[in-house]
Amino acid sequence: MTQAPHTDTAATDLQALGVSKHYGAFAAVADLSFSVARGSFFSILGPSGCGKTTLLRMIAGFQSPDHGDILIGGKSMQGVLPNKRPVNMVFQHLALFPMMSVGENVGYGLARRGVAASEIKRRVGEMLERVSLPGAQAKRIDQLSGGQKQRVAIARSLVLEPTLLLLDEPLGALDLKLRQHMKIELKQLQAAFGTTFVYITHDQSEALVMSDHVAVMHQGKFEQVGTPQQLYYQPQTPFVAGFVGANNCLQGRATAVDHKNITLVTQGGMELRAVAMGPVRVGDAVEAFVRPEVARISRQAQTFSDQGHSAYGGKVESILFDGANSAVLLREETTQLEFRIALPQTGQFHDLAVGEQVHFGFDPQRAVCFATGDRATTHGH
Amino acid sequence: MATEAMSVEKTQARLMIALLLAPAVVWLALLLVLPHVELAILSLRVRVAPRVYEPSLAQFATFFGEPLYWHTFVRTAVMSIVSTAITLLVAFPMAWTIAKIARGRMQSALLVLCLIPFWVSETVRALGWMILLRESGVLPGVLMALGITDMPVEMLYHDATILVGLVYTSMLFMVVPLVSALESLDDALIEAAYDLGGNGWSILRQIIIPHAAPGIVSGCIVVFMLTLGNYLTPTLLGGKSSQWFTEQIYTQFITRFNWEQGAAFGFLLLGLSTAIVWVGLKLSGQKFGEVMRKS
Repeated sequence: MTQAPHTDTAATDLQALGVSKHYGAFAAVADLSFSVARGSFFSILGPSGCGKTTLLRMIAGFQSPDHGDILIGGKSMQGVLPNKRPVNMVFQHLALFPMMSVGENVGYGLARRGVAASEIKRRVGEMLERVSLPGAQAKRIDQLSGGQKQRVAIARSLVLEPTLLLLDEPLGALDLKLRQHMKIELKQLQAAFGTTFVYITHDQSEALVMSDHVAVMHQGKFEQVGTPQQLYYQPQTPFVAGFVGANNCLQGRATAVDHKNITLVTQGGMELRAVAMGPVRVGDAVEAFVRPEVARISRQAQTFSDQGHSAYGGKVESILFDGANSAVLLREETTQLEFRIALPQTGQFHDLAVGEQVHFGFDPQRAVCFATGDRATTHGH
Repeated sequence: MATEAMSVEKTQARLMIALLLAPAVVWLALLLVLPHVELAILSLRVRVAPRVYEPSLAQFATFFGEPLYWHTFVRTAVMSIVSTAITLLVAFPMAWTIAKIARGRMQSALLVLCLIPFWVSETVRALGWMILLRESGVLPGVLMALGITDMPVEMLYHDATILVGLVYTSMLFMVVPLVSALESLDDALIEAAYDLGGNGWSILRQIIIPHAAPGIVSGCIVVFMLTLGNYLTPTLLGGKSSQWFTEQIYTQFITRFNWEQGAAFGFLLLGLSTAIVWVGLKLSGQKFGEVMRKS
């Protein structure tokens, strides 16, 4: 694991110490330790079934770890029930109380704490103003739009001034447009309140856009913890490279190692260079990743040789037009490997046709490669 | 042409609906409306000479003038309300277990267990209670054998016995609407309330009961009506001291052959149950249509 964002307890709001949770023989969360800095937006990103929900529920107190301890605001949460923790949660489907008005929803936690009615009224009013829903107290939940419900759910939790706000994929049920909008809004809300947010999601774009730090979770473990930029540009494991952002994955064997610069040859005989992440020796089975926007296409092979990059030939298989995210799928001519390359925004390739022969290449310094742990007995290829 | 075809289609659709509704309409008309019209006429007349009748409110006057009648009337209402309340209290934890705690096969097994007593007739069930509770029955025998009582105690013919029998008889009709009401409650709501600082009691009061209210009310209406109109269980378990209003109606019709008085009593009971259901709906803030649709 890479270093946690911060290690001194004074500035951490959440700390996990060797937390495990098993369901029979299956380890949902396996010996996990990490800490989250005060006031940061921390996301846990992983595919479904990676254990992120279990982890979140253990932080909230709905489940207890088999081993290890969770510290919130520096205090151990062992044996502390969910209603006594300084933590609140925004549920996946928000779980607003349909039998109560907006004002009653937001005031629920305060009323449970025995705050005086006049004080509740004042604080609910203030909180609704801060989430841009002034005067919505008397509305019924079913009168609200998806985005408004989202804000009520956040207001209901934040009005209690928790040390930690947990968010369990709350944007999952929204349509794409609203989701894009809410991503920005959530980030702004977090910055405005300064509360530590722990956000779990399987949507990498949500995690990358909103977070200060992201932990990529896989099979109960954190593969990598880092800033969105670190995850994207310096993935530490093949899983992170494959999971965060689109990537072309090429498998082969390392044939030459010069410090960090690896030359590898794929099964089909395509030779390429990349930067090693972790130790790689000659003969190791390796996986190289080339991002679509790192690779470029050209109609002349010379474009690449001029810059000292290898050039490959390929046939355009399909053109994936998606505005600014347009890409082209190529099939490399010798290995028949599929390669995804982002189209430049200059409109230079607007006349590109399916079946056309083009050249492509990439800067080896921006491609990464990992040893997959399977050492060759014979030096083939 | 097209409009003609459409109108033919419409007529056919209407005919179809009429045919589908026919059995229900015939059923209601023959078994509900007709007898009630006849009973209404009966209840509003008085016999002045053999085969000579006059319109009169005398039957209703008798009811209010004779304390035994309206005592029985009030007693039946109060006992039915108490019985409904007990049924709700007993059925709620059962419904909660079935809806929220049991899973898969356990869930259906528990529901079947609630249903099993209904495989035998009400008479047999009441007789079962009698075998258990009568002076020479099982339970007094056990109590004596354990040295708790010196001699067998007569456990039949008490108000408590009637209540036990009534609650037992109506349990299923409370459990089923409660289960469906509780099943539709999203567990996340309970967790959210707990997360925001709620405790068991406040969550029950503010989240679970408001959500289950239509189910609770519809269960209560069904159980209350069944209890109020029950004849067999109060008579068998309460004996002479049962004083159930349906017995009065039975006596008027069958023993006294005073159909006019019996019909008047019948209408009074109908009015009573309607009034109490109406008050119950008002108190709980529920709407009858909604309650019946949701159960």
